[in-house]
Amino acid sequence: MHIPDGYLSPSTCAVMYAASSGCWWTALRRTRRKLFGRTLPLLSLFAAFSFVTMMFNLPLPGGTTGHAVGVGIAAIVLGPWASLLAISLALTIQALFFGDGGITTLGANCFNMAIAGSFAAWGIYRLVSMGAAADSRRRVVAAALAGYGAINFSALLAAIEFGIQPMLFHDATGAPLYAPYSLRVAIPAMMAGHLTIAGAAEAVMSAGLFSYLRRNEPELVGVTGLAEKRQGLRGLWGALALVLLLTPLGIVASGAAWGEWAPKDFGNSAARAQIAAASGNAAAPAAAPSGLARLANLWTAPLPDYAPHFVKSAGFGYLLSAMFGVGVILAVAWAAGRWMGKAEQPAKHGDGQ
Amino acid sequence: MSAGVIAKTVRGFSGALGRTLVSENSAHERGLLQALDPRVKLVGMLALVVTAALARKLPVMGALFGLGVALALGSRLSLWSLAKRVWLVAFAFTAMIAAPALFLTPGETAYTLGGVAITAQGVRSALLLIARVEAAVTLSTLLVLTTPWMHLLKALRTLMVPVEVIAMLAMTHRYVVLLTETANAMFEARQSRMVGRLNGREQRRLMVNTGGVLLSKTLEMGNEVFLAMQARGFRGEVRLLTEFRLRGWDYVAMSGFAAAVVAAALAGR
Repeated sequence: MHIPDGYLSPSTCAVMYAASSGCWWTALRRTRRKLFGRTLPLLSLFAAFSFVTMMFNLPLPGGTTGHAVGVGIAAIVLGPWASLLAISLALTIQALFFGDGGITTLGANCFNMAIAGSFAAWGIYRLVSMGAAADSRRRVVAAALAGYGAINFSALLAAIEFGIQPMLFHDATGAPLYAPYSLRVAIPAMMAGHLTIAGAAEAVMSAGLFSYLRRNEPELVGVTGLAEKRQGLRGLWGALALVLLLTPLGIVASGAAWGEWAPKDFGNSAARAQIAAASGNAAAPAAAPSGLARLANLWTAPLPDYAPHFVKSAGFGYLLSAMFGVGVILAVAWAAGRWMGKAEQPAKHGDGQ
Repeated sequence: MSAGVIAKTVRGFSGALGRTLVSENSAHERGLLQALDPRVKLVGMLALVVTAALARKLPVMGALFGLGVALALGSRLSLWSLAKRVWLVAFAFTAMIAAPALFLTPGETAYTLGGVAITAQGVRSALLLIARVEAAVTLSTLLVLTTPWMHLLKALRTLMVPVEVIAMLAMTHRYVVLLTETANAMFEARQSRMVGRLNGREQRRLMVNTGGVLLSKTLEMGNEVFLAMQARGFRGEVRLLTEFRLRGWDYVAMSGFAAAVVAAALAGR
């Protein structure tokens, strides 16, 4: 996932450097305030640790081996801001000194793995471990999911950066100038390896290191992290609210999403033109494929097209649907948390006897 | 099998430490790029890397690669070592990624291989990618191989990188070497005590526990380093000693870099 020089256009690199710079600046300010002079040695050493663990050959089920980035455990122990700095330092040393990842693409690599990865890992860990006891097995699962989710989110971002290159940068003959594959090829190709090998390596490393630290250095993982102690979930709720408010942005996108066509679209000339344009100018079939027509009405969604029938405003419909969806997910997570908490109680009594 | 995973990891550590030594040695050779002020070299080489990324014509990328080879020769770097460590690795990796583009890129059919069409656009796209990566990787490697790490870090101030970040990079680099040696010693100690074979689960536990111990040592060391820094009077502010001075040769090099960048940028559009 370390993107080398030459795969991304200079303008993509500039955008990614700009996005990363803002995060680095904020992270430096926040960690400086919370850790005082300790920032320097702590972050440097954690970065060095992350660098060294990237060289561990981790045996995985199936006989293969993988390498972990260490972003999951860094986010859990240090919190997202300090973690993004530590992983960025490790990636910078890798790029400058060992040629692993490019110099022009360093901003993109740091954004994908250090910044997005740290926040994804931290968010997943907080969400899954919410309300779990310090010695709960759920915390280990949360650590594994944090590592797995973070590395896959990073891979998805990298795949999107690769995938937009041929759309934006090609010569007069249509030959792509940078990474040559479209999103349709780049995303599956990138995710195949990360959903399996790299994700598994990160999950094993995060869960294993979390278990080790909980046994031997419990103060580091008993709470949420050195930098984020007792801060609560305010930040996470704030981010969730922001994302909810932004959901009406979906209306801005024109046309139907690729592959999400309804049978009636095949009979509509405007929709057929959109399908052809999104499919490399391959003409759509004259009628909806029989299997699609047969199965399309198998399930009727309660809120079709993100707009309940009684709501006239599309933007408000999006917002309402998003709130409904988030509410359902939170209810399921809360119920699962309660159930897992109950399941663990008898075991704890048994241990004490 | 069990020894295989440990041996592979130890080999990786040895390789990393070896590369560190090679870079430090080559950076102290008496050569063309080594003689330059690190700030001039950093800005000049980065400008060339960006120019390679911007170029859209194969001859321009070839010329930038040729310039890299000439600079390597002038800097007394072994071309064989560069070929083994940089060019072949970059070629193998990029060619593997670029190969399917020959068939997947839409366009006019140029050749047919086993009934599958290879498009002219696919060939051009794959060649552009390989040439650009080779040129950029050669130039960035030259920068690292001809500049002592501490000089390179100090030169980053030219790009307005905060002093604090430079200090952290310097410390990270130092502790990467120390922690690599520590991890190496831990694996070797374990290997020397092992007579049987470990199954996959035991291997994973071994790797993760070693990582855990290394993390404990890291955090402990972090506290010790902070106390030592405080004992020496550290109050949270970082100052760098910068003794770089531009000389006549640096102005010549600056003009050379500028001429190469402008020529490549004009010809490469």
